[in-house]
Amino acid sequence: MTDRIEKRIELKAPVSRVWRALTDYREFGEWFRVKLEGPFVVGQVSTGYITHPGYEHVKWHAVVQKMEPERLFSFTWPHPKSFEKGNQPLDYSGEPSTLVEFRLEKIASGTLLVLSESGFDKLPSDRREEAFRRNEGGWKEQMKNIESYVAKKG
Amino acid sequence: MRSALVFAALGDETRLLLVAKLSQGRTYSIAQLTEGSGLTRQAITKHLRVLEGVGIVHSVRTGRESLFELDPQPMEEMREYVDRMSAQWDQALGRLKAFVEE
Repeated sequence: MTDRIEKRIELKAPVSRVWRALTDYREFGEWFRVKLEGPFVVGQVSTGYITHPGYEHVKWHAVVQKMEPERLFSFTWPHPKSFEKGNQPLDYSGEPSTLVEFRLEKIASGTLLVLSESGFDKLPSDRREEAFRRNEGGWKEQMKNIESYVAKKG
Repeated sequence: MRSALVFAALGDETRLLLVAKLSQGRTYSIAQLTEGSGLTRQAITKHLRVLEGVGIVHSVRTGRESLFELDPQPMEEMREYVDRMSAQWDQALGRLKAFVEE
């Protein structure tokens, strides 16, 4: 089972430009399609509404973790049980969250952006690697991985 | 969006081991699942109820005891959930690219 999403993308724009697009709350809102109520501040909750067509009733709720200028921007966001209208939690603090990280690196053509989202499950990481290694063979394969993990653990 | 609950349910060593045992494709009694686990019957029952609560495990009553079996469906949903999130990131990053390169 994959516990992590990672994407690498090359952007033909300077690191400073990309940093602004990520961390200026209005610019972030433009491409992410969210209307944020205020600037991102480390350690604070960011709130707003998704503006993506069809999802306008969905609240945005994230907690900014790190802002290391032109290097790293990260936040955690909850994955509540339901995003349905009128059925979203009032309090997000108890909801399972994932960690989203944007890492920036200067390259000849502009900026290498590495996005990751992690924490989809909360197993001890070393064992999860073995038990839940991503594969395309479907659940039966996953089960074999778990079996061999258990066998090894003895 | 049951997936978040499935993630939480699997985020425990004992429950993962129970799932592994149940994945051998047959039904097990609580006694069989308790055996060799180093845990009490009560503790195992509690963990089974958590797994049952998110639909990974089903119980069937036969006579006086409950037998437990695995239902892989919710875990497949979980995988689909991650795939869906992944596709959403592709779209968002595509928009970011257009935004900063314009």
